[in-house]
Amino acid sequence: MKPELQAVSQSSLGSISAALDWLLPRQPGSVRLGDRFFHLLVRMCSVFIIMLALLLVGDLFRGSWEAIEYFGLGFLVGTTWDPVTQEFGSLPPAVGTLIKSTIALIIAVPISIGSAVFIAFYIPRGWRTLVSYPIELLAGIPSIIFGLWGLFIMVPVIRTIQVWLKANFGWIPFLDGPAVYGVGVLAGGMMLAIMITPIITAISRDILLTVPRTQVEALLALGATKWEAIWKVVLPYARTGLIGAVILGLGRSIGETMAVTMVGGNNFDLPHTLFDPIHSMASMIASEFAEATYSLYVSSLIYMGLVLFGITLIISLLAQLLIWRLSKGEFAILD
Amino acid sequence: MSIAAVNTASAHLATDRRFRLRKLIERVAVGGMVCCTAVTVSLLWIILGYVVYRGGKAVNWELLTALPTPPGDPGGGIANALVGSLIIVALGALMAVPISLGAAIFVNEFPSPRLGKSVRFLAEVLTGVPSIVVGLFAYALIVQPTGSFSGFSGSVAYAFIMVPIVMISTHEALRRVPSHLREASLALGIPVWRTILWVVLPIASRALLTGILLAVARALGEAAPMLFTAFGNPFWNLDPSKPMATVPHLIYTYATGPYTDWHDKAWAASFVLLIVVLITSMLTRAALRSKADE
Repeated sequence: MKPELQAVSQSSLGSISAALDWLLPRQPGSVRLGDRFFHLLVRMCSVFIIMLALLLVGDLFRGSWEAIEYFGLGFLVGTTWDPVTQEFGSLPPAVGTLIKSTIALIIAVPISIGSAVFIAFYIPRGWRTLVSYPIELLAGIPSIIFGLWGLFIMVPVIRTIQVWLKANFGWIPFLDGPAVYGVGVLAGGMMLAIMITPIITAISRDILLTVPRTQVEALLALGATKWEAIWKVVLPYARTGLIGAVILGLGRSIGETMAVTMVGGNNFDLPHTLFDPIHSMASMIASEFAEATYSLYVSSLIYMGLVLFGITLIISLLAQLLIWRLSKGEFAILD
Repeated sequence: MSIAAVNTASAHLATDRRFRLRKLIERVAVGGMVCCTAVTVSLLWIILGYVVYRGGKAVNWELLTALPTPPGDPGGGIANALVGSLIIVALGALMAVPISLGAAIFVNEFPSPRLGKSVRFLAEVLTGVPSIVVGLFAYALIVQPTGSFSGFSGSVAYAFIMVPIVMISTHEALRRVPSHLREASLALGIPVWRTILWVVLPIASRALLTGILLAVARALGEAAPMLFTAFGNPFWNLDPSKPMATVPHLIYTYATGPYTDWHDKAWAASFVLLIVVLITSMLTRAALRSKADE
């Protein structure tokens, strides 16, 4: 081959390989085309997941844009929901979500942490699975089944309790409500408590098991009882992670839809008593969507979904950071 | 009696009293924790018991194979919802699994300081997105532009729910493949991509499969995103471009409806759903546990 021809072919080869380098970046240790192609492929998959998350946010904004333009941030504090006059506001369901989740946490947190400590430190190793297995299974039951059970089994029980409470303690302001419905703030809170207990228990147990045994043994050797060792060493040591577990449970309860829709009562008003039926944000979206007949109505519901998404996103970020910082730390990018 | 002896005795008495108090606190704490654990564990048996009792009574062959009768008429079944759930979840899995698996391979096999960690973190965060919001997303993405509810839009919603779960579980599965097996393959001159496809994935196959199954089981039970995507359909339909019935959505409709016959069917459908979900979950855990023991 003539020298000049060779130079030409070399330079064209060079430009092709440069283009290839741009398209399929070289990886250290491998120059094979197959490897570079494969690397590009799986890289695209990763980028796609990021795009998917961005798409979710963009899509929710696009869907709710009409309502955002029309109501602005006033939507968040609006207390009317009137499809006839086209006036929408999301404060009562937001309050409903908050109250129900608070009740759920008050009930679920002590029970979950108690169970988790018991499972992690008191049950003999061989028996541990026997107890924690049902809890893990419980965490996997679909929420619609919780809802069905809640509606037909739990609500009648709660109705009886509410009627009794009202008859005997009706002079307390927040117990003087419509007790005979059964569905309402209390039922919704109980339902959520039942649903998040296994989740918080399972995560807390895993976190408690990461506490070094030597920490406990050191205190036991100094003459502390087991409970003292747990109270003074284990719980403070695991505190960050336990808070993370609780926040994760909170996030789950705020986003929970079906079960709450079935037992929460679904009434658009600010609650005054523990027995008032009330919407949560998720149940509002679920039950109103089929009736949304014009675009501003639909857009308002998507706006509410956007707000719900924002709240759960913040909570979820917080929980992940707390749990990661403690347990693995390996993926914590914000250390 | 000397003063020293009295002092020792009273000190001993005080220590003894304190010790007993500490013992008492220990007992109370343990008792409390036993009660907590009993409540948590018994919840499963109570819920399970009711679903098996009420659902087991109502479930029969006709229910699984027949189509729904007009509202209020006895008889009929939920065959359309069973088939609808299967089709929608299968389509969703077809969309979600390749992407999530690819991303998991990227994160685990091609270490990249920023992208890999961000993707994994994002997946963790995405698992916390409420399913009702996912439904709104699929509605705005597919239903609004196409102008009709469809089984396909339901699949997109399920796929979105499955992606982070599959990604996280497959990543964990790949992480557990010992690196010397990769190195052995690479030392033989086998390219990286073939090493991953022919060595790493087969070794991790069982854990990969259980991870995917877990995500499928999770999606199967989700009713909220179906409300405004698949929408439900009382008739037989195999066409994913039209509204379709799904089991969890049917449970919601039947449970909140006015007919006792519907309520029975809701219990029966829950029974079927619960069995599928629990069996998947048990299989998954058994597989993962035996893997962890090795």
